[in-house]
Amino acid sequence: MPDSSSIPGDWRWLDADGLQILIDLLRGRGFRVVGPRIADGAIVIGDIDSAAQLPTGWLDDQDGGSYRLRQDKAAGTFDHVVGPHSLKNFLFPARETLQHWTRDDRGWHDTTPAEPPRPLAVIGVRGCDLAALAIQDRVFLGGDHVDPAYKARRERLFLLAVNCRRAAATCFCHSMGCGPAAGPGFDLALTETDGRFAVETGSEAGAALLAELAARGSPVTPAEILDEAAIEQVRDIPRRLGREMHARRAEPGRPVPRSLDTDGIRDLLFSNLEHPRWQQVADRCLSCANCTLVCPTCFCSSVSDVADLSGDHASRERQWASCFTLEHSQMHGGNARPTVASRYRQWLTHKLAGWIDQFGSSGCTGCGRCITWCPVGIDLTAEVAAIREAPTP
Amino acid sequence: MTTVATAKKPRLAVFKFASCDGCQLQLLDAEGQLRAIADQVEIDHFLEARSRSLPGPYDIGLVEGSISTPADIPRILEIRRQCRFLVTIGACATSGGIQALRNWGQVDEFLGAVYATPAYVQSLEKSTAIADHVPVDFELRGCPIDTRQLVELVSAVVVGRRPRVPTYSVCVECKMRGTVCVAVARGIACLGPVTQAGCDALCPAHDRECFGCFGPSQQPNLVSLNGFYERQGASRERLGRLVQSFNAWSPEFHAEHDRLAGGPDTEADR
Ligand code: SF4
Ligand code: SF4
Ligand code: SF4
Ligand code: SF4
Repeated sequence: MPDSSSIPGDWRWLDADGLQILIDLLRGRGFRVVGPRIADGAIVIGDIDSAAQLPTGWLDDQDGGSYRLRQDKAAGTFDHVVGPHSLKNFLFPARETLQHWTRDDRGWHDTTPAEPPRPLAVIGVRGCDLAALAIQDRVFLGGDHVDPAYKARRERLFLLAVNCRRAAATCFCHSMGCGPAAGPGFDLALTETDGRFAVETGSEAGAALLAELAARGSPVTPAEILDEAAIEQVRDIPRRLGREMHARRAEPGRPVPRSLDTDGIRDLLFSNLEHPRWQQVADRCLSCANCTLVCPTCFCSSVSDVADLSGDHASRERQWASCFTLEHSQMHGGNARPTVASRYRQWLTHKLAGWIDQFGSSGCTGCGRCITWCPVGIDLTAEVAAIREAPTP
Repeated sequence: MTTVATAKKPRLAVFKFASCDGCQLQLLDAEGQLRAIADQVEIDHFLEARSRSLPGPYDIGLVEGSISTPADIPRILEIRRQCRFLVTIGACATSGGIQALRNWGQVDEFLGAVYATPAYVQSLEKSTAIADHVPVDFELRGCPIDTRQLVELVSAVVVGRRPRVPTYSVCVECKMRGTVCVAVARGIACLGPVTQAGCDALCPAHDRECFGCFGPSQQPNLVSLNGFYERQGASRERLGRLVQSFNAWSPEFHAEHDRLAGGPDTEADR
């Protein structure tokens, strides 16, 4: 009989059936379970009720402005990397009603829905996205002004992370210290090896779920505990990928493997605010805002009060905003960032420099989404490298 | 901006020039909202919906269609005089519409080819936007316009606030609804990055590229976008056709079409 008591730090083996039991257990506990799924030519984050919906055998090739799926018999369940969606789509949704008020004969009444959000379990969260979550937590939960809607969702979140064993050319978590190993911050983390999964326990909630799973016993491998040597071997899988990422070099005919030299990056950018490169990138930039909206750490929103035609229903609506739109910097009397060059500079200097002053860390995790999903393939690592190579005197 | 908030209900009039009536139908299509609109304004002239027509002046004038015949010109001047707040609705009224494709050809040749007695037909050389002839207070884009934006416009004008009609790109709506980008994931040339939002990214959400119904977005960089699509293998002919549709005669799409049609352009190939 397997030992049924798990504690944070424990490791157990899980097979594909075990993954299904995990999904069933989470659903049984009232969680909405989401994870990687193929939809419309990409691996998005969608509802999962069966492990068979996970993209086993699929890989994603990513480069500036390009994303393609392909099948590969040797690929496991989680050998793809991050797609267009991130945790942000769920914790900080694109559109949200913050308040709702209704008027009748007796006056105005707060009719904001009061029920708590449904608990959410996310399968397949990577190191870069756990780091992005920690950054968004600082933004929405840190300091004096806590965002109640974000907090309510955050408190009901279960994270089933994955340690990457493959990276895309656009991934540069190794430069940002955010991956490819996942954590901290997960409830359970999976490492795929030889057709099964090693599960690391990261929290009490994760331990409780694993204990329940072990008590049930999966028919093929009964959630047995890994010994020290096995843990070391499993831990080395993302470490090996990290070493490979540091050693990657450009090869002709293949997408350039991205990396970012972060040494003194804050001062580098702030002392090059008039660099000609800003105008060169602005000549290519569409100011379309895709980069900011796919970025898992960007947090800008705009709030507007909306009334219906009768005037009896009013609501306060929040939606994503982006520093690439003119609306974002429109103020009484004019626009503070009327040129694309000034808006691109705003994005890059906030993300990589100002963020450090504001939140104590970079705003970039190296997930590569802004590179892939930019319609013209603008690459922030190349922009920084160009400025580093020839800084303004 | 002018406010039309008055003690009396504002008087609304809807006018049609060269157009397909689709934008007016969007107003009729506002279903549940139409009654609410009718509660807020007096609909005093809207021939598509009711035969009763009361004379001006009106507080709000919605104008559909482009200026296409000699008779249109004095008519739009008079309508401008009759309306305190003049709003153009749809691609025809804001940029000349699909009928502006004739602006690249010879009207006499078309007339001879299509009509048995061309002498009966009076047509201007070019189909042009309302704003080319009279000052316009606000433009609602789209082919057709979006019902939600129309309701927003009427609600805003009635209470005297600025309508919330964004000028950013369709990509913003695409990302907000979680749609996978057809340009990046499928390599399909999409006009979304240079097209104004408003449709809630309807076409990309149905696996199609954006066709630019809402016209150019704020500061559109067509040269960069099409340069990228060309390097990905799209032909200039295909890209030229993409900008030469409902908003072909908007200054930005017009210039881009002509640039693409003019052969290799060193600036574009940077
Ligand atoms: S950036 Fe790193 S952690 Fe994120 S998906 Fe790529 S390899 Fe994994
Ligand atoms: S800036 Fe780009 S690479 Fe960095 S976290 Fe945001 S989307 Fe990812
Ligand atoms: S960098 Fe790319 S994604 Fe971002 S606004 Fe510019 S063109 Fe759009
Ligand atoms: S599908 Fe078109 S509109 Fe949507 S993000 Fe991509 S380029 Fe923009």
